[in-house]
Amino acid sequence: MSTIVFIDTRGGKLPKAAQEAVTYASQLEGGPVTAVTFGDAQGLETLGAQGASKVVVARGVSTVDGQQLTKLVCDVAAAEGATTIVCVSDATGKAVAPRVAARLKAGHVAGTIGLPQGNRFTRNVFSGKARAQVEVTSATRVISLSPNSIPIGTGGGSATVQEHAGDLGPSRITVKELRKAGSGIPLPEAERVVSAGRGMKGPENWGPVEELANLLHAATACSRPVADMHWRPHHEHVGQTGVAIRPNLYIAIGISGAIQHLAGVNQSKVICVINKDPEAPFFKAADYGIVGDAFEVLPKLIEAAKKLNAER
Amino acid sequence: MKILVLISQVPDTTARIAFTNNNTQYDANGVTFIVNPYDEWYALVRALELKEAAGAGSVTSITVGGADNEATIRKALAIGADDAVRIDVAALEAYQVACEVAAYAKDKGFDLILAGKETIDFNGGQVGAMVAELLDLPYVPLASKLDVAGTTATVERDVPGGVEVLELQLPAVIGAAKGMAEQRIPNMRGIMAARTKPLTVVPSSNPASVASTVQFELPPAKGAVKMIPAEEAGKLIELLHTEAKVI
Ligand SMILES: Cc1cc2nc3c(=O)[nH]c(=O)nc-3n(C[C@H](O)[C@H](O)[C@H](O)COP(=O)(O)OP(=O)(O)OC[C@H]3O[C@@H](n4cnc5c(N)ncnc54)[C@H](O)[C@@H]3O)c2cc1C
Ligand SMILES: Nc1ncnc2c1ncn2[C@@H]1O[C@H](COP(=O)(O)O)[C@@H](O)[C@H]1O
Repeated sequence: MSTIVFIDTRGGKLPKAAQEAVTYASQLEGGPVTAVTFGDAQGLETLGAQGASKVVVARGVSTVDGQQLTKLVCDVAAAEGATTIVCVSDATGKAVAPRVAARLKAGHVAGTIGLPQGNRFTRNVFSGKARAQVEVTSATRVISLSPNSIPIGTGGGSATVQEHAGDLGPSRITVKELRKAGSGIPLPEAERVVSAGRGMKGPENWGPVEELANLLHAATACSRPVADMHWRPHHEHVGQTGVAIRPNLYIAIGISGAIQHLAGVNQSKVICVINKDPEAPFFKAADYGIVGDAFEVLPKLIEAAKKLNAER
Repeated sequence: MKILVLISQVPDTTARIAFTNNNTQYDANGVTFIVNPYDEWYALVRALELKEAAGAGSVTSITVGGADNEATIRKALAIGADDAVRIDVAALEAYQVACEVAAYAKDKGFDLILAGKETIDFNGGQVGAMVAELLDLPYVPLASKLDVAGTTATVERDVPGGVEVLELQLPAVIGAAKGMAEQRIPNMRGIMAARTKPLTVVPSSNPASVASTVQFELPPAKGAVKMIPAEEAGKLIELLHTEAKVI
């Protein structure tokens, strides 16, 4: 019995979600943990701190082709005799985990949010309005972990790093172009998010939103009409049709709190709402609220955040 | 171009969420069901646009579900699908649905199979990828743009920090997200035509069961909101630091 954890480490450094997944795999009690990844990331041995005893890396492979990556995961799983396979519920994981499950005729838990109770895994359903417990009945199980679901482990030692030699077959998908729309913190991984809506009146007013986000080390997000009107890039749009996020802190400025917006953010641990309308539905979902004009409230928040940062 | 579109039925976005039978089943009492928005607005409409642009081909819609999916299938036909297939079995889990779809599609020579990004009830986002694996086809999830020239598909998708442009050869499976097309409202002619379009009911291929949802629960209730006067807005930052401990 052993566990495989498949992580995307492209971009050189070990993403938070990858470290979370390795931590999670080591706490599942599925035997020794082997992390599987691809590309050129360095420092893979440090995944020992999160509980991996071994890391298998397909060097020189840079692909978004789920078929190649599925072959990689299944080959290592077969070599290790793995019965548990953990993936991250992100764009790469979504192209790989269900495929691995289908290939191995294994049950897949799509986006669990914590450790199981026995063999029951909890996941959000109905866009966060309910939770479901899923039981895998096949001998092998594939578990995808939602980002921000578990604190990153620290104990542990150093993992041995081994290169994967096998052939992954031809790539049937090629990346033609990557159009960067900003640097900053990737939204699905962000622990803090400052988000703004149509109440900001126009794209020229986003300066203070970005400033507050920077001061709080937060990512920026927006409501759907804001992305639709091209005030902000599409990848910042959160909600039912956008990205679903579950940060520790979500600050919503000038967003009414429509049910489809809430669907993507209602799993945030702490929600702050700033809206000039005391009847805005968002206040019902909030932990902290301020009824006021964003253009007057934001400078006060920025000033307080500067003060806090200076004291730390 | 021969296109297959996976269509599922889900509770309306504003439907009340409640459970029955000791919280083991969704309570569909009084709930209006709709076509899953990703399937209807993006996957189906883009399939129709691609067929129209090519001036030839067909769009088949496929649903795994019982006779209670009738309205959903009719809507897909009214919007413009040429024909519909219903696999006559209740959809219980993703692998089962994927096996049913793959068993139907495997020898039909579809050039393109479109699924939605996810169903808005179970939010799995897994059926499309599983169908692709079962048919040994490439798959791209979360596609916000899809173009086809000859047998080459170009796909765009939002990734953290930007947009990725991908190229792949058909046949392929694509998961459709917002942006791929504009919603189409069926017109009277479409609704009338839907009545005479072919609907084939196919028996289940009885795939194995590998997972099941055994229990539902509502999320823990939120405590009362703490209001802070606008003049003292700075206090929010203080509370987030000392009380909520999130900054
Ligand atoms: C199927 C479907 C899917 C959808 N998916 C999404 C989704 O994924 N994400 C999403 O966000 N929406 C989605 N929507 C749209 C959603 O229903 C709302 O229309 C949208 O969220 C509203 O955006 P908003 O709150 O920015 O704008 P508005 O509803 O216009 O609200 C603006 C708010 O700002 C406040 N305000 C105005 N001026 C100020 C000021 N000076 N200071 C402070 N507050 C101010 C107003 O009181 C108001 O509450 C979807 C809709 C449908 C039908
Ligand atoms: N019962 C079903 N019948 C046909 N297609 C389905 C069914 N369930 C899901 N799908 C398709 O698979 C996509 C992803 O579903 P899911 O993996 O359940 O989130 C949906 O958007 C549909 O396109």
